[in-house]
Amino acid sequence: MRNIVQKGWRPLLVIILLFVIWEVATRVFEIPAWLIPSPSQVVDEGISGWSVYEHHLYSTILLTLIGFIIGTSFGILVAICLHLIPTVRNMFYPLIIFSQNIPIIVLAPLLVIWFGFGMLPKLIVITLVCFFPIAVSTLDGLRQTSTELMHYMKMAGASNGQIFWKLEWPHALPSLFSGLKISATYSVMGAVISEWLGAKEGIGVYMTLASSSFRTDRVFVSIFVIMALSLTFFLLITALEKWFIRWKSKGVENSG
Amino acid sequence: MAELSLTGIAKSFEDTRVLEGISFDVHDAEFVSILGPSGSGKSTIFNLIGGLYQPDEGDIKLDGESIAGKRGSISYMPQSPSLFPWRTLLDNVMLGSEIVGQQDREASLQMIEKAGLGGYENAYPHQLSGGMKQRAAFIRSLLSPQPLICLDEPFSALDEFTRLEMQKWLLSLWSEYKRSVLFVTHNIEEALFLSDRVMVLSDRPARVKKEFKIPFERPRDESLLLTEEFLEWKKAIYNELRMIT
Repeated sequence: MRNIVQKGWRPLLVIILLFVIWEVATRVFEIPAWLIPSPSQVVDEGISGWSVYEHHLYSTILLTLIGFIIGTSFGILVAICLHLIPTVRNMFYPLIIFSQNIPIIVLAPLLVIWFGFGMLPKLIVITLVCFFPIAVSTLDGLRQTSTELMHYMKMAGASNGQIFWKLEWPHALPSLFSGLKISATYSVMGAVISEWLGAKEGIGVYMTLASSSFRTDRVFVSIFVIMALSLTFFLLITALEKWFIRWKSKGVENSG
Repeated sequence: MAELSLTGIAKSFEDTRVLEGISFDVHDAEFVSILGPSGSGKSTIFNLIGGLYQPDEGDIKLDGESIAGKRGSISYMPQSPSLFPWRTLLDNVMLGSEIVGQQDREASLQMIEKAGLGGYENAYPHQLSGGMKQRAAFIRSLLSPQPLICLDEPFSALDEFTRLEMQKWLLSLWSEYKRSVLFVTHNIEEALFLSDRVMVLSDRPARVKKEFKIPFERPRDESLLLTEEFLEWKKAIYNELRMIT
């Protein structure tokens, strides 16, 4: 904790400084609020307008969570399948990379045409966004299993199942978690994009409504809400990672 | 009881003949070393006994039963400790027996205590020193139920002092548990100090060039290393090896 305080004050100072400059600039140059609202106005709206966007926020959180869970489980499952069956991996690995190159913004309206305005197209968007980082990092983690440990397992007569559960899976966990962290932040973005397509509620809806009525302060509120949501999600995964990978040395290898 | 016998083992990889007509036995409760220049196929012999490959010719028998191409018949300690970083010392030590499906927590704890690692049961490998990791790796192989232990240059990465310490430690544990041991090394002194018999391998393709029966009384201690007789033996084996390279 002291460490965080000691290291954290510098970046915090920079952020505060940026906000101060922003605040002063909007006042000195008398920039109208519909163009760029000052931070104080944004904070005001964020507090007083809570009841306006509260249900939007819950809806987005729910959508993000469901999408994230589906997307990552799908990604992990695919990674395991590809790892266990090398021929399938060779066939499908390029396809996974292609899937990342599909522009979601372009694909999203198509999904609406095919699946309507319900939950399904939104979940597909989030799944697509989450899938790639988690699948690739899990696959890499599984593939980079230490050859020494693998040799030991084989010499000791371990079955393929034992090799997977006792060696490859735990070995892939750190890598899997870095994928999860990326997916977690992506999934919030995916949820917001999917809400732009047409939804009854959600931060994405709140944001489009605000921008079309020139409520720029509300647009900024939604930006900060999205950032906060991503960050919370990220921190949650980091906490989980710390718990799951508590064996990891903190950078100090004892070689003596 | 463990009687390992290799008869006429040959193995090639692609077009290079690595092993040629390798035959030897390891008797019950015997400590046998294989000594050879690096790259002479010592590890290949182990991989064959471990069942990772099939020999091209010949057969490997353990207690009269062929184990060629059959995994899990021996217990193994590799060159690097190969401890699993996410397992505590206790869990690591039990891994060998866990794979075979017979865990004994009590025995493991006792063995850890006896090996001088008491108090470190819940430490992770990165918290242990090199010597401690090697001890843990050896206990892991001792705790596996298989009667024959194969040790693949286990001390080659340690410094001179730790190595001698570990050799004495190994001898004391071994004399207590009396398992059959097959030990691979490229260190003449180590082979002499530890073994009942030393097998010298020739250069590629490897054959058993000469077999030395080491007459030193057990228990042995480090004063042996400086006796005239020990140096004579060292010279004899050294000359044998020099003729190879």
